[in-house]
Formats: sequence, structure tokens, C-alpha cells
Amino acid sequence: MTQIRHHIGEDLLIEYAAGTLSEGWSLAVACHLAMCPQCRQQLALAEATAGAMLEELQPADGPSGSWDALKARLDAEPEPKAKPIARPASATLPEPLRSYLGGDVESLKWRNLGNARQILIETDDETTQTRLLCIAAGKPVPEHSHGGRELTLVLTGSFHDELDSFGPGDVEDADGSVTHQPIAGPEADCICLAVTDAPLKFSSRLVRLIQPILGI
Amino acid sequence: MTQPTQAGAPPPGETSAQIVAIAATQDMAAFEALFRDFGPRIRAYLLKLTRDRQAAEDLMQETMLAIWRKAGQFDPARGQASAWIFTIARNIWIDAWRKQKRPTFDHDDPALVPDPEPDAPERMVLSQSGAALHEALKTLPPEQVELIRLSFFDDASHSTIAAQTGLPIGTVKSRIRLAFGRLRTALEEFK
Ligand SMILES: [Zn+2]
Repeated sequence: MTQIRHHIGEDLLIEYAAGTLSEGWSLAVACHLAMCPQCRQQLALAEATAGAMLEELQPADGPSGSWDALKARLDAEPEPKAKPIARPASATLPEPLRSYLGGDVESLKWRNLGNARQILIETDDETTQTRLLCIAAGKPVPEHSHGGRELTLVLTGSFHDELDSFGPGDVEDADGSVTHQPIAGPEADCICLAVTDAPLKFSSRLVRLIQPILGI
Repeated sequence: MTQPTQAGAPPPGETSAQIVAIAATQDMAAFEALFRDFGPRIRAYLLKLTRDRQAAEDLMQETMLAIWRKAGQFDPARGQASAWIFTIARNIWIDAWRKQKRPTFDHDDPALVPDPEPDAPERMVLSQSGAALHEALKTLPPEQVELIRLSFFDDASHSTIAAQTGLPIGTVKSRIRLAFGRLRTALEEFK
């Protein structure tokens, strides 16, 4: 495994630890965490800090029957049984991504986009758009920026531009102001997870027409 | 029966031992002691997030039930009991109150890149005791502690914190980053 050089932004990691990060971005964070022990350490520190602050919180009194109510629910509770989780012996794509895709690389149904193939990943998050991209070895990444924040996590292969290169586990965090055309490494096709702010949707045709004029 | 509210946190290691006892023998006395220590704090956390007394009580009860059910998954070697309790309360809040999904990695996934060996320098943070963390927090300027607290105990993304404090989002992000950076440095000094 090559060393990860481009980590997930600390702002995203802290929001993920706090539970305020929405599902689309969280999926990219979780996949990076699966590939990056260093960021798992940072997450553990953030959660340990939250735990220490929880211990320091001024306790809040509740209803007097709180324990009795809890005890009654426990008494009615069946014996806890552990559900065994089936895991494959080996995998290319990490969890939680395989669960979202319904399988690993060999079972995916791609849609062709010229030099690239893509799969739209369905989430309940209306604020983001999430997809899996596969860029043919040595070919340019298709233009897909729309001006918002965009996270691209490399899962297999690599891509590079004049300034930098991104290998497995690396995250490119672009704010839309960057205009460049990265190229997939020549060694293999490059599979990445891409999360972007969802494009603003306007129902009115008039608003859609003047959208470019307003610059929104 | 009313619960006395203790101002002090439970002694280090005690909570961890209680969770292990719940997992091993379904120890009701240990669970009741854990409830007395943490129930009112979990309730306070959820009250901050929901600003709704009934919801905070209901979600606290759900959190305690989840602690009972999942006690066997707690691994004292992997981290502090209070951190584990925080993540359970947080997940209940996301699931039952915000009705959102929070995708997570699986520690036993074959595609997961494993942790470095225990003596590697990157493992430093996990070997810290809870006491060191409390001490490290005391060395931070109060406004940095407050920013960290806001990021965890307010239903607030960084952009919401920016709106509340009137600071630009970039400033909020860099200050939170700075606060965590200082916390890490302080922890290294306690090594
Ligand atoms: Zn990382």
C-alpha cells in the first residue's frame, strides 16, 4: 500500500465525529477512513474528546420514574443475540461502499461516458450528489465541476495533473475554483468516488433562464 | 426515586468495568450505576441537540437500551468508555431524531487498511488515558474549548456556527482546526 498524502479535511472529520455531516459527504469520509489508519486515529481523538466533554457536562435531571421506566423496558427485552455478519474473504472496494453499490467491482453495472464510466449512487441526502467514476487508464477525467465543493476519493489506480498526483486512499478536495483536467495514470483504470454539492434546483423556468445571469 | 446529580465525573476505569460486567453477566447493578453516572449527562447532551425535554428523555432511554444491547461490542483496548457512550448517543440522535444515515467503515472489513503495529508512533493518541485528555483540555484557552464543545454539542454544522457567531466560515473552520491542533500538542506533552 502506498502512503496516503491527501487526507480528508479536518472540518469534515470533526463534523463526521459530531454527527452533523450529511450522508453523501459521510460516505466519502467513511471510505477514506477504511483506507487510512491515520485519519481513524484522528477520529478516535475527536470522539475521545467528545466523550471527555460528555463527562464534564452539567447533568440534566429527568422525570423521577426514569430508571423504573428503563428497567421495565429491559425486563421485557429478549436475550440479546449477536447477529453474525457475513463478510467476503477479500474485497477491492471498502465498506460502506460495497453495501451502497450492492457488490464489489466485478458486479458493477456501469454507464458509458466516453473515456469514463459512471454509476450514480443513491442516498437519502438531497444536498449532495454521489457517484462512482471509472476513468480509462491514461485518459483525462471528464469535466464535471459545477462550482461547488467536490470530493474525489481514489479507490483504485491513480490520477494526476501538472501539480499533483492522487493514488489509492487520496482525497482531492476542490472548491470549484480550480480548472484543471487531471489524467488517469497509465498503469490501470482509475476508480473514484466523487461527491459534490447537489446542483441547485429551480422549479421556475424563468429562474432557470436567468440563473446564468444571476450567477447562481 | 430521584437521581442525585453528581457534579464530578465517575472515577477513571469504573465505567469501562461496568460495561464489561454488563456484557459478561448482564449485571443489572452495574447497569444501574452506569445509568446514575451517565444517564443525566446523556440527557444533557441530547437536550442541547434537540432543545426538547421529552425528546431528550426518550433518546436517553434509547441510548441506555443500546448500551445494554451492544455492551459486548465495547472493546476497552480500543478507547475510552465515555467516547463509546458518546458515539452511541450520537448515532441514536442521528437515526431517531434527524432521521438520517451515517455510513461507517467496518473494522473487520477485508478491504480495510489495518492499523499500524501498537508500538508505531501513530498509535500515540489511543494510548492516552481519559485523565490526560481532561488535563489537556484544561490547558486550552476557554474560547477554543468552547468552539470544540459547540462542534459536538450543538446541532450545528460549521456553517451554522459561522452564522451564529457572525464569523466567516473559513475563520470558524481554521479556528476549530487550530483548537484541535493545540489539543494534540497538549496530549503529546502529557505522554
Ligand atoms: Zn487520512
